[in-house]
Order: sequence, then C-alpha cells, then structure tokens
Amino acid sequence: MRKINRHKSQIALYSSLKWISRICTAVSLVSLLAVVLYVLINGVDKLSIQLLFGEYGKYPSILPAFVGTLELVAVATIIAVPIGVASAIFLVEYTNNKSKIVKYIRVATETLAGIPSIVYGLFGYLVFVVLFGWGYSLLGGGLTLAIMILPVIVRSTEESLLAVPDGFREGAYALGTSKVRTIFKVVLPSASGGIVTAIILAIGRVVSESAVLILTIGMVVNKMPVSVMSPGTSLALDIYYFASYGYPDEAAATAVVLLIFVMILNLLATLVGKLLKKGTGEK
Amino acid sequence: MKSLYGYINAREKVMKGVFIGSALFSVFALLSITVFLFWSGVPFIAKIGVGDFIFGTKWAPLADSPSYGILSMIVTTLYVTALSVILGVGIGLFTAICLYKFCPKKLVSPIRQMINLLAGIPSVIFGLFGMTLIVPFIRDYVSPTGVGYGILSASIVLAIMILPTIVSVSLDAMVSVPNTYFEGALALGATKEQTTFKVMLPAAKSGILAGVVLAIGRAIGETMAVIMVIGGSPEMPNSIFQSVRTMTANIAMGATELSGDALSALIATGVVLFVFTLLLNVSFSALKNNSVKKDRKKNKEKRYAKNK
Repeated sequence: MRKINRHKSQIALYSSLKWISRICTAVSLVSLLAVVLYVLINGVDKLSIQLLFGEYGKYPSILPAFVGTLELVAVATIIAVPIGVASAIFLVEYTNNKSKIVKYIRVATETLAGIPSIVYGLFGYLVFVVLFGWGYSLLGGGLTLAIMILPVIVRSTEESLLAVPDGFREGAYALGTSKVRTIFKVVLPSASGGIVTAIILAIGRVVSESAVLILTIGMVVNKMPVSVMSPGTSLALDIYYFASYGYPDEAAATAVVLLIFVMILNLLATLVGKLLKKGTGEK
Repeated sequence: MKSLYGYINAREKVMKGVFIGSALFSVFALLSITVFLFWSGVPFIAKIGVGDFIFGTKWAPLADSPSYGILSMIVTTLYVTALSVILGVGIGLFTAICLYKFCPKKLVSPIRQMINLLAGIPSVIFGLFGMTLIVPFIRDYVSPTGVGYGILSASIVLAIMILPTIVSVSLDAMVSVPNTYFEGALALGATKEQTTFKVMLPAAKSGILAGVVLAIGRAIGETMAVIMVIGGSPEMPNSIFQSVRTMTANIAMGATELSGDALSALIATGVVLFVFTLLLNVSFSALKNNSVKKDRKKNKEKRYAKNK
C-alpha cells in the first residue's frame, strides 16, 4: 500500500514539474515580448522628422548615426565576407578534418567567437586608434567588427557548404572540371542561400553592436562623418548616448528604429533561407 | 595543350593559397588580439603587482596616490553572472522541456521561431528596457534601500537576454536524444512526465551543459546591457541593491575619459576578462569533445550489436 502511495506521489511530483515548465515557458515568452513591445510602444510616439532626418543642431538627430552605421556595415562585410567564405571553402573542400592546421583554425575561430565584444573594442583601440595613429575612426571600428563577425560567417558558410551533396562535386569532376572551377561554378551557387543568410545575420550583429564602438569610433553623435576616417556614431551607440546623457525620449525613439532594422534583417534571413530551400527542392 | 594545363594548374595553386591564407587569418587575428592585450596589459599588472591588482579592493585611478584594485569588479562580475545564469537557466531549461514534450505540437515551431527572432535583439535595447522599466520598478517596489541600480537589475536583464540561447541549445540537445529512450521508458511503465525528467533530461545533459557554458560566456562578457543598469560605482558589493561595477562596465566607462596609467589599468582589466573567457572556452570545448566521444562510443556499440 505504501509503495502505491509513493508511486502516486511521484507521479504527482512529476506532473507538477510539467506545470512548472509550462509556467516557465509563459514567463520567458512574456518577458521577451515585453522587451520588444515596451520598447516599441514607449518609443513610437516620440519619433519625429527632426530626429530622423533633421540636421544635428539645437535638437538631436540620428542622421549621422544612419550614415555611420551604413559605413560600418560596408567596411565590416567587405572585409569579413570574402575572408570568411574563403576560409570556410578551405575547411570544407580542401581538408579532411584530420590535419593539425585545421584543428588550429577551428580552435581559433571558436575562441574568437567567445571573446567578449569589449575585449575586441580594446584590441581595436590599441591597434587602430593608437598604433596606426588613425584616432577614432569609422574604418577602425569597421575593421574591428569585421574580425568579430568572422567566426559567424565561417561557421554558417561551412554548414551550407557541407550541405551540398558530394554528387554535385563528383559530377563536375567527372566532366573534367578542375577543383577551383567546381567550387566557384557548382558548390558556391548551390550553397548561396546559406551564405546569404549568414551575411544578413552578420550584418545584424554589426548593426546591434555597441560596446566595440565606444572604444573605436569615439561616439561623436553630433557631427556628420566626412569620410570613413572620421569619428562617428552608430544607431546602437546613439541609444546609449541618449539614454545616459539625458535624452530619454530620443533614446526611446532611436530604439524603435534600431529594433525595426534588426527585426527586418532577421526576417529577411529566415525568408531567404526558406526561399532558397524551396528553389533547390529540399523539404 | 600543355600550356593550358599549366595555366589551370597555376590557377588551382594560387586559389588554394588564397583559401589557406584566409583560413589562417582567424589564427592570425586571435594571436594578434592575445599579443596586443597581454603586451599592453601585463607590464602594468606586473608594475602594480598581481596581488594588488587582482585582490586590491580600491579603484581610484584619478586620486593623488592612485590605486588600481579590481577585486570588487571581479566579485561583481561573478555575482551578476551567477545570478543571471541561475535565473536564465532555470527558466530557459524548463521552457525547453515544455517545448519538447508538454506543449501542443502546433505551437512549438512558431514559439521557436519567435524565440530565435528575439535572440537578435541588440543588447543596448535590453539595457534601455532595464533602465526605463526594471530599474524604476525595483527602486519603487522591491529595493529596501531605494536604489534601483545594481546586481539584481543587471541579473534580471541579463537573464532575459540569455534566455533564447539556453532555450534553443537545450531544446536541440533534447531533440537529438534517440526517441527509443522515450519509448523504452514508457514501455517500462513510467509516465510521460517521469520519462522526460528522469530519462531524456539526463541523456541530454552534456548538450545542456554546453549551452550553460555558452550562456555564462555571454553573461560575463556583456557590456552595454549591464552598464546601463548596474549603476557604476566601483564599490565592493554588499547588497544586490547597490550601485556597483563589473569588469566590462569598468572598461567601457573609463575608456573615453582616462589616459596614461589609468588607461593601462583598463587594458589590464581587459586581460583579466580575456583570461576568464579563455578558461570558459577551454571548458566548453572539453565538454563538447566529451559529448562527441560519448556519441561515437554509442555508435560503435550499436554497430557492434548489429554485427552480432
């Protein structure tokens, strides 16, 4: 009898755990949604033409931040995408995972992915601001960000290259195509969906990063950057600046802009992935 | 004819060289980050003395007789990380379990997609959220001292921030456990709940642990979300409702204003942080290798059983 009771209490215990898990799901969904909805609702009525497109004068504007963000994205992707895709090609197409060099490269990429962004910021500061003598510049910030997004691009490109069936490569070789030609004409086009998704996600990281930029581009919010060598600001950095230096309304409004940007980028990444899957006939 | 082959061969070799060069770039980048940080930070630590720097409790870089002790920031970092990971892992793991077995099948995929989407929210937005909602709330309703900034606010913000990581990693780990485990336990008369918690969860242990380590890494290294809610006074944390400062916050707050020795002190703080994350990385890859080895062992056993 006692055994049966114990059994029953055990069942009760575990089904209560089930309910706890459901409650936790609700808590995590509500808290994550609360962040998004609160930021949107709180900021949307504070958007104004002056803030978005006006000149930075008596009232703050985020136009310099738009330009700065675009330049950062351009610099970071121009540097990181070719290097990242090429290293993924080397890792997938030229090696069999056993050589020492591959092991080192893998360890290096994994470690790079785990370094906190503020440490990247310090590195960028030491190299680009101090050693190269550029001072605070968008170029330095973009280069630092390029190193930061490199592991993201390498890893996801690797995955999409691995997903290309070996039959494609063998077919090309059978037709007498050289290896490099096979890679560029057969493998890369069939992996393009995954690579584009990876690039979009990497752009999302550049847009949302701010800790690196404090140390490398100088947080000059009120001046339009003249060239890539001039100090500047980005949308994410503007939010920090506005929030910490007494412009709460502007911070809320800028947060809406940034959030919408990031959401669009993420949706685009998912969409591209889905579309290209359909194109290649995968389910 | 020969010249064409020669051309193709040369092209093959050049391109291979380009690919190898690009792949080695990561190694080069990691090495230069390490070298630059240590080269600029370690001499300073040596000058101050390792003990005085790491175990000194007073941070006053601008005082007449400056002192650079970062113990209070290390302690704060550990506090914030521990609290946020406990909160985040507790809720995130249960969420993953619920999505795994206790949730209507139709809801699972939309919820997953939504959580993945939310994983991309910039940290500065979490910071803003914490600053304008959580900090005032804690100040008005929770805190006994009337201070909203501090470890509790930072931990809550970070916990929300690491939730998506934990949920998706642990869900992946649980999904990859073979379904036969589940069926086997049910066949032995266990309920669905018992099976999930006593069979599937332990079987996914190493994957979940890897997710936890990943989350710890994010929490230790996070700067923006923390800096906006932690307050920023370089003091020893005595309560969770007190303005304090983490290592990351120390670097970000001082970087724009300090120079000379004080700046070197920030870089040295970065070195300590870097070492922390390296240690985490090592344990992460050890965990991962461990689970890979286990999987291989399992596969071998399976093959062996089949051959028999």
